[in-house]
Amino acid sequence: MTPRVVFPNKFLPYLLVAPQLAITLIFFYWPAGQALYQSMLKEDPFGLRSKFVWFDNFKRVLSDPSYLNSIKVTIVFSVATAAVAMCVALLLAVMADKVVRGKGFYRTLMIWPYAVAPAIAGMLFLFLFNPSIGSLAVLLRRAGIPWDPVLNGNHAMILLVIAAAWKQISYNFLFFVAGLQAIPKTLIEAAAIDGAGETKRFWTIVFPLLAPTTFFLLVINTTYAFFDTFGIVHAVTGGGPGKSTETLVYKVYNDGFVNLILGSSAAQSVILMVIVIALTAIQFRYVEKKVHYG
Amino acid sequence: MKFHGFAASLAALTLFSTTSAFAATQISWWHAMTGANAEVVNKIAKDFNASQSEYELMPVFKGTYPETLNAGIAAFRAGQAPEIMQVFDVGTGVMMAAEGAVKPVADVLTEAGAKFDKAAYLPGIVAYYSKPDGTMLSFPYNSSSPILYYNKDIFQKAGLDVNNPPKTWNEVWDAAKKIKTSGAAPCGYTSTWLTWIHLENFAAWNNVPWATQENGLAGGDVELKINAPLYVNHFQALADLAKDGTFKYGGRTSEAKQIFLAGECGIFTESSGGLGDIVKSGMNYGIGQLPYDSDAPGAPQNTTPGGASLWVFGNKTPEQYKGVAAFFTYLSQTDVQQYLHEKSGYLPVTLAAYEATKKSGFYEKNPGRETPILQMMGKAPTENSKGVRLPNLPQVRDIQNEEFENMLAGKQTAQQALDNAVKRGNAAIKEALGN
Repeated sequence: MTPRVVFPNKFLPYLLVAPQLAITLIFFYWPAGQALYQSMLKEDPFGLRSKFVWFDNFKRVLSDPSYLNSIKVTIVFSVATAAVAMCVALLLAVMADKVVRGKGFYRTLMIWPYAVAPAIAGMLFLFLFNPSIGSLAVLLRRAGIPWDPVLNGNHAMILLVIAAAWKQISYNFLFFVAGLQAIPKTLIEAAAIDGAGETKRFWTIVFPLLAPTTFFLLVINTTYAFFDTFGIVHAVTGGGPGKSTETLVYKVYNDGFVNLILGSSAAQSVILMVIVIALTAIQFRYVEKKVHYG
Repeated sequence: MKFHGFAASLAALTLFSTTSAFAATQISWWHAMTGANAEVVNKIAKDFNASQSEYELMPVFKGTYPETLNAGIAAFRAGQAPEIMQVFDVGTGVMMAAEGAVKPVADVLTEAGAKFDKAAYLPGIVAYYSKPDGTMLSFPYNSSSPILYYNKDIFQKAGLDVNNPPKTWNEVWDAAKKIKTSGAAPCGYTSTWLTWIHLENFAAWNNVPWATQENGLAGGDVELKINAPLYVNHFQALADLAKDGTFKYGGRTSEAKQIFLAGECGIFTESSGGLGDIVKSGMNYGIGQLPYDSDAPGAPQNTTPGGASLWVFGNKTPEQYKGVAAFFTYLSQTDVQQYLHEKSGYLPVTLAAYEATKKSGFYEKNPGRETPILQMMGKAPTENSKGVRLPNLPQVRDIQNEEFENMLAGKQTAQQALDNAVKRGNAAIKEALGN
């Protein structure tokens, strides 16, 4: 049991949290409530005629093959993005840990991409891999790969994953470096004396001890891939070709703001809200307690 | 003390002019124009404000076309709608379905006592922005039409006639193949906006129905007709050419312009409004009419307008409507229209402005600028060629684009793609109407 803090004043604590509460109420509960209400309405874009339809929109959304497709797309995209971002970050963190001189310089460089806005990261990769003017696309084509993200759904997905993962590598790198530093050097040295090679030391000592960090990052990366990649999808593929890169978040935008089907879009965002609440709950329940921040 | 006197009178003057500005009825105009076209908007607004003192027109840039439409809708829901909003062609059906939210331009003009002669405007354009009974709903501001551009250097290299651009689609396919096989360019043909150019304008230009109910203009239950043989043959030809890269797909909107500007493809179909960038690139280009299908009897018919029009929101004061009417009357003046047309590349909306531009010798100096007007005015529009309208055209275009992409990627034939587009499109229309 952690010791309970008792405040002698009855009102002061409430007064002190009031601004935060107000912000949460106005910027979270109010719009969330609106979304809930709207998800049960069927109305025209101008709101001239609206009808309360209970869970009709949810039924429609969940039986829509294109929604099911976008769930699949989101899962593929999130798993791939998290895997790429974490593997590369771990590799880089282990490497950076070994650098003796100029450690700070390397680390700063690694953290840099995190400051880039998602839409800008998207544009960057869009230009690099643009089939007609992109410098990397030209190299790919010279290597005999018929690179065409405009029509080939798999290529478009690969491009998206690279752009999304690139941005997240820095964040993961930071946590892995911290995690690595928290591993007692004595353990590693003892293993070295016992004759364990570098690879063996990594897989039997370092990697298991990093597990809490890895798990934490897995949740964070999944959440990121689910919800924070709208800008990248919007800038790079716009959900195409076909519907091969239309993620759940992108579909909310497309149905709501392009197709103006507000009820369906609201229902989809309510479903997303449920997912985000679940993910957050998992994180607090299982992860917060076990992560060692060093 | 001379200086002080001057300053005081300046201050008095400023004070006076501010008060007079406050006394003037303010009219806000939300638009989506950027670059040179935004300068045109601001110049027109400034000149209108200088021409009279009763009203003050305030243009506000609201982002891209869809963003402007969304901003307008959100503002309407919050009771803060502007007086005038620019809405792109695709949003026309959305606005028309919003009876009660908008006020027909014809009513605004007649109620304000302004002289309104519909015959003074280009018929093809006015027909598109009118109700089935002929009431003009919105004021055409910027209209464009798809035309054919070609790279003269590539034509020369491929041994094609540089002064004779292909007129039919079959000629385009042949020329494209020749460009590719001769090695003059890596690709023969590319196009922006497949939905607008190869479906909506293809239908009008070849005089075949795009959908029932006069392509949706007559309202009611609309069913798409885009899987008729003429379309299937056309798209199968595109899909076949895409296999070896003779036709290159750029994207759903105007991405293909990059491909043409980079000199990758020899032939290109695009909006007449895209001319500016091509001129700027310094390319040795030529302009031709939009190609038609030689199997279609009576083709070419006429093309339909793209671009945007100005809508007036409802629930404003009579004084504000008078201001809007005054502005539209000003905008219809021949010299204003001529300025708009020559500067922005969009079409003039009045016949008088077209005649005046013609007389000034502008078209001789700028060959090709008349092509989109001639295309639109060549023949009186039929029920297949007045334009298309749906309450959810953006969504239907999305569906069509998705099917085209799957077709061009080799996952389905043209027949399958168009059948799917019809099936999914009809379902989406039904749902939108069921609101």
